[in-house]
Amino acid sequence: MESTTAAFRENAAKALGDSKLRDALSKLTDGFPARRREAIARLPEFDALRDAARDIKDHVLANLDFYLEAFEARVIEAGGTVHWCRTAAEARTAILRICKTAGAKTVTKGKSMIGEEIAINEHLEEHGIEPVETDLGEYIIQLRNEPPSHIIAPAIHLSKEQVADTFREKHRHLSPGRSLDEPRALLDEARGELRRKFIGADVGLTGANMLIAETGSIVLVTNEGNADLTYALPRVHIVIASLEKIVPTLEDATTILRVLARSATGQEMSVYTTFCTGPKRQDDLDGPDEFHVVLLDNGRTKMLGGEFHEMLRCIRCGACLNHCPVYKAIGGHAYGWVYSGPMGAVLIPNLIGLEETGDLPNASTLCGKCEAVCPVRIPLPRMLRTWRQRQFEQKMNSPAARAGIRAWAFLARRWWLYRMLTGPVIAVLGRLGRARGRFRYLPLAGGWTKLRDFPAPEGGTFVAQWHKARRREGRT
Amino acid sequence: MTVGLFVTCLVDLMRPTVGFATVKLLRRAGCKVSVPKAQTCCGQPAYNSGDNPDARAIAEKVIEAFEGFDYVVAPSGSCAGMIKHHYPSLFADDPEMAPRAVALAGRTFELVSFLADVLKVENLEAAYDGIATYHDSCSSLREMGVKEQPRALLAQVRGMTLTESPESETCCGFGGLFCVKYPDISGRMVDAKVDDIIATGADTLLAGDLGCLMNIAGRLHRRGSNIRVRHIAEVLAGMTERPPLGEPAAKEKPEKEAG
Repeated sequence: MESTTAAFRENAAKALGDSKLRDALSKLTDGFPARRREAIARLPEFDALRDAARDIKDHVLANLDFYLEAFEARVIEAGGTVHWCRTAAEARTAILRICKTAGAKTVTKGKSMIGEEIAINEHLEEHGIEPVETDLGEYIIQLRNEPPSHIIAPAIHLSKEQVADTFREKHRHLSPGRSLDEPRALLDEARGELRRKFIGADVGLTGANMLIAETGSIVLVTNEGNADLTYALPRVHIVIASLEKIVPTLEDATTILRVLARSATGQEMSVYTTFCTGPKRQDDLDGPDEFHVVLLDNGRTKMLGGEFHEMLRCIRCGACLNHCPVYKAIGGHAYGWVYSGPMGAVLIPNLIGLEETGDLPNASTLCGKCEAVCPVRIPLPRMLRTWRQRQFEQKMNSPAARAGIRAWAFLARRWWLYRMLTGPVIAVLGRLGRARGRFRYLPLAGGWTKLRDFPAPEGGTFVAQWHKARRREGRT
Repeated sequence: MTVGLFVTCLVDLMRPTVGFATVKLLRRAGCKVSVPKAQTCCGQPAYNSGDNPDARAIAEKVIEAFEGFDYVVAPSGSCAGMIKHHYPSLFADDPEMAPRAVALAGRTFELVSFLADVLKVENLEAAYDGIATYHDSCSSLREMGVKEQPRALLAQVRGMTLTESPESETCCGFGGLFCVKYPDISGRMVDAKVDDIIATGADTLLAGDLGCLMNIAGRLHRRGSNIRVRHIAEVLAGMTERPPLGEPAAKEKPEKEAG
């Protein structure tokens, strides 16, 4: 996917001015976070489960080569194939080759962020193959030619009216008299269209929430069941997954599942949880004839052992997005690439470089809510700071900003000079602001005073007043 | 016990009353309070901008100035959190400074939690006429574990009703330099915060961090609200003679917008 992260400020300004987006995002708070809170309240061992999930991921990351090779061996035993891909381009080529070999005209797709990462839809279209998204949200944004704005709720930026308009525009069989006022009607309408696609598809492409080394299985978690029709009906099932999705055992997978849906949507389990192991066996009634796992690195192994190592624990639940006040203000598209919210702000610079993504680690108050809700305890604020550190070391931020910080630091290290300079400024501001108690405008603080008044200082500094009083009392 | 007061740059420059209220609270609980002259800022603006060398240089000065006390107390979760959690990580690779940073971190407290958890203050003898809502600042809440302490202390204030807002734990959008670097995003965040505060029906907003308070007061005032904004220390110490944050001295006069 092409990145527009370099235009983050413009993207964010546009998002802030979009009243429909504002309405859509305002529902976020009452939805996922409230349901997560309720789900956790019902599970006293939730924090212990988070520790367990974190430990599983840490263990697997420390032994990644071992588990990946074990996974491949099990996949082969089950009759499948693993395709190791270092880059997005390699993954695209591998997928296209499988599709071509299968003579595919249509590929149905389960929701996959890795699919977005490697821009597989565009690649298939360029080669005459029609990709059809089957997750409702993904289907809607595919019709609208938009990227997802949330890793688990890709169309969360849209209202149901916007969706109805999209269906009316794009669905040729839709009669004008049909009511699309209710979400259920929208769902039925999408289902009707998708049913034909499911039956006709030659290849089913899904992501994977987990890969299990013990059995060579892949785990699919959805609420719509679309992934099951996607993999089970066509002749060929392709799984696209990044390599950190691996867990050692089935038991470990169940631990992750226990924190995943609760963190994501506040459900105890998602509606459908499917374990796929290899292609159809002799006695199976249905299932694909071929089973391919396209295993993607795309920059992740570079993160191993470094300052962003723990980011590879991420299980893509979306809790950090759901709870992020910045995400809630600007939505996902402003981030400009596949991922968004705090996990996106940490991950995106790792995957596509810091040069064009410099705003992301800075556009955060470091409020810490993301780390507080993360089911695998990723220290996201620390990592945002680490990116800022890299920017500062490599002189990537603006000279004016650097000079400002350095000047303040110069003063802060010299208390006597700091006192000499700050005292008079505060005294003047105190006098100017005394009558009204605040300023509507302050030079050099236009960003602040555009939307807020600036409270006037009292006029004297605490330290000066304190020591003056102590001197008067004859003490030091 | 001796307490070194780290007053914080915002309280020092903007609202010394919070500093004096802090001293009063600590003294009343039996502490011997000192205010080292060699204090300016905890270094957070540099640290959060990725300028670790400068943050370390400032931290060294703070450590030097505050090493000699039994405790270090700051009327801010943000600055106390900086000393308690981030100084040790800043010096993790410095064998000389690391133990000093860790030792200071172990003795550093945010004011409200120090009063409640360490000094176990009861019978505050403070009164306040109003309905207050309390904003949990991010660093106080998530770095310093301050949640029940301010509520327990405010319950001792005569005449005050405390009303909770559903989003009290949500960031106000201040974020230090964030509000300057991304003023419009910050503006949307503080607007949501202000909506939430107004919806409680409270006439007073309290918090333990002046950064959040200035941000929220600034937006409240711009929107024409007359909700009074104060640092919690002022109320706990019974020092509310000075007008609320951003209010003019002659409070009874009709309000005019500053110009």
